[in-house]
Amino acid sequence: MIDSPAELERLRQTILAKRDPDQSRISVCAGAGCLASGASEVIAAFKTEIESQGLTNEVNTKGTGCPGFCERGPVVVINPHDICYLRVTPKDVPEIVARTIREGAIVDRLVYVETATSEKAVHESDIPFYKNQKRNIIGNNIKIDPKCIDDYLALGGYSALAKVLFRMTSEEVVEKIKKSGLRGRGGGGFPTGTKWEAARKAPGETKYVIVNADEGDPGAFMDRAVLEGNPHSILEGLIIGAYAIGAHDGYVYVRQEYPLALENVAIAIAQAEEHGLLGRNILGSGFDFSVKVHRGAGAFVCGEETALLLSLEGKPGEPRPRPPYPATRGLWGKPTNINNVETWANVPLIINNGADWFNQFGTARSKGTKIFSLVGKIKNTGLVEVPMGTTLRDIVYKIGDGIPGGKKFKAVQTGGPAGGCIPEEHLDLAVDFDELAKVGAMMGSGGMIIMDEDTCMVDVARYFLNFLTQESCGKCSPCREGVKQMHRILSDITEGRGKEGDIELLEEIALSTRNASLCALGRSAPNPVLSTLRYFRDEYEAHIRLKKCPSYSCRELVSYYIDPAKCEACRICFRDCTSQAILGGKNLIHVIDQTKCNKCGTCFEVCPTRFGAVIRLSGEPVPESIAEESRTFVRKRKAQ
Amino acid sequence: MSEISLQIDGRPVAASEDMSVLAAARSAGISIPTVCHHEKLEPFGGCRLCTVEIEAGGRTNLVAACVYPVQQDLVVRTRSAQIDKIRKLLTEQLLAYAPESEVLQDLAKDYHADKDRFAKEPSFCILCGLCVRYCAEIKQKNAVGFIDRGPSREISFIPDIAAKECWDCKECFPLCPTSALQAAFVLMRSLTSIKPGASEEVRT
Repeated sequence: MIDSPAELERLRQTILAKRDPDQSRISVCAGAGCLASGASEVIAAFKTEIESQGLTNEVNTKGTGCPGFCERGPVVVINPHDICYLRVTPKDVPEIVARTIREGAIVDRLVYVETATSEKAVHESDIPFYKNQKRNIIGNNIKIDPKCIDDYLALGGYSALAKVLFRMTSEEVVEKIKKSGLRGRGGGGFPTGTKWEAARKAPGETKYVIVNADEGDPGAFMDRAVLEGNPHSILEGLIIGAYAIGAHDGYVYVRQEYPLALENVAIAIAQAEEHGLLGRNILGSGFDFSVKVHRGAGAFVCGEETALLLSLEGKPGEPRPRPPYPATRGLWGKPTNINNVETWANVPLIINNGADWFNQFGTARSKGTKIFSLVGKIKNTGLVEVPMGTTLRDIVYKIGDGIPGGKKFKAVQTGGPAGGCIPEEHLDLAVDFDELAKVGAMMGSGGMIIMDEDTCMVDVARYFLNFLTQESCGKCSPCREGVKQMHRILSDITEGRGKEGDIELLEEIALSTRNASLCALGRSAPNPVLSTLRYFRDEYEAHIRLKKCPSYSCRELVSYYIDPAKCEACRICFRDCTSQAILGGKNLIHVIDQTKCNKCGTCFEVCPTRFGAVIRLSGEPVPESIAEESRTFVRKRKAQ
Repeated sequence: MSEISLQIDGRPVAASEDMSVLAAARSAGISIPTVCHHEKLEPFGGCRLCTVEIEAGGRTNLVAACVYPVQQDLVVRTRSAQIDKIRKLLTEQLLAYAPESEVLQDLAKDYHADKDRFAKEPSFCILCGLCVRYCAEIKQKNAVGFIDRGPSREISFIPDIAAKECWDCKECFPLCPTSALQAAFVLMRSLTSIKPGASEEVRT
């Protein structure tokens, strides 16, 4: 039990004294992404190898939080020299120990090589993916074993809490957060300090604080990485918030689908309680606060704060009208403050470094850094933390390293399923809350899905509307019916049944759903439709009028045809066809039976580029097949 | 309870602090359409036909009148081109489920709604929740509830409770703006009257 700030500092010094800064430390990312690509086996291999080499006392190996470079996982960082190895397998481990740990040499094949310059980047800090970020929040993940509170304490963890409890009044805390300009990271972008102030001033003895960790956007995983990788930072922020508004109970609402986050948060809470950082009389200050974990059962809409509150109360997770806002009438009717994971994680940083430090990052009205999950058609998939105001171009090209396979960038979808698609002409947009809204997209919780030239934008809208159809709670009719009808129309268009008037009807439904729905889910649900209509209306028109999918992506609108003049009867497509739709054989020109073809596109992909015999068609008739008697293939003479 | 004055459709209206915009409007004889609203029940905000335009603090917004509390000097407009467009579409969407409902047909007349705009799915239920809420709030029996979510949402009687409570009550029947409730009830009765083991005979 730590019972004073001095005791906390003494403990930190004791932990540091036991650690030799020159000792070799192997950090392996043990976040969900790296674990899926084999990080546990890598950690086990390191432990075995270190032991068999008799290095147990000299080398420290640990699984850590996620540093964000998921594309190249499992990620290993070896300190004190900041050597970063990527895509490490257990087979690489003996060599790493023999060469890097014992001799201080680099295993060249495991370091990052920049595509453009072929230059190697040995240190984590030299890799362009990291170099162009500002990792205030996730930068610490690789230094922390999330199951070990000592690692967090060693980095000065809970010192912000000590400062708040002993040297600041609750008003001062609220003022500081207000001054920092922090806005909610969950999607709303509401000023955090103002929200805290409302809950602080709301009449009532009993108040609650809640961590919203119901991260449900497809492809978004920033909250998971913070919660899994540095759970104590969230708890510290939460306790500070509780002190500021006068709450003594809190909840962490985590979705069931995040088992590792649930595990790490539960461990962190138990450790914080043992250390006197949670519970009665925290750090001897007289302030009491305890926190419980609640598992969400998988409804996307429970990320909406009023639905989350009802779900916490054990009722169906359906939004209720606001006002009254949770700040005055929240959980069990009591004043409640709910913030997103990333919002809470910023709090200890602001307390320790000051509001001015925080608002040096960002733009006029969006301060600090923001974590984005960069996914889709991008070379460097992963988590990216940048100051607000960083351009999309920098995120996509400097950090993400561009589009794979030599394809062309088409659009970036931001803000989750109800966000918007931003085309190439806006790549120089400085990403913040207001700029994204101006182009018809939104910040949301920070999802960023990159799309290339092969992506059909009508199909993208259909995909997101399908998701929203599944996830609408069904309470209010503009959302329930509007989302369903929009999805039906989009399905018709992508499947070749689009008709004149569909676009206008989509716009009419979008208007009602956007303006009349009860909660933010419905009010933002038309965004995927409206933003793709705004920038890619020609694609809608091509689908409807010409029955043509310009990206050759909508199966029902695409046909494949083999040009008899180019077919070399090589039998590759004949063999690989997934529906036995290709007629042919040795020395027989291949022909696709259109009635059997399932339009998977395999023939198009496998036909050797030097032949280029398989042709994609959309919006035009398939030429007649070559007559059966003319199919005999005559090999052309090689040029003399 | 302090008096609040606001303006609805250009007319000054006095209301008490705990009133919704809908209640204030109705008390002044200004009509706003609703399907899911009932005087005796907690406001629900489901059908959204009562969507109105408000002006407060220099901002214009569309809100549901039944759940929006009155405020001093609030300016409310109950009709506008945009509001009418929204009500027309909402009515058309609900008519796909209950084309014969009188309430909806009246609305269709007022807002020039086309009852054939959307493909018919005559489940007869428009999910207003009047039966569900009446049974929960007034009767406190919870014999009927919502199941599933989104477009799959339905009302369903809970056989164990319904078997005991519903035969002598049926107070929710006249509340239903369509004939859905009766249909669901009949369905429940037919399901519960199957003898144990009967369903096995159907299996092949």
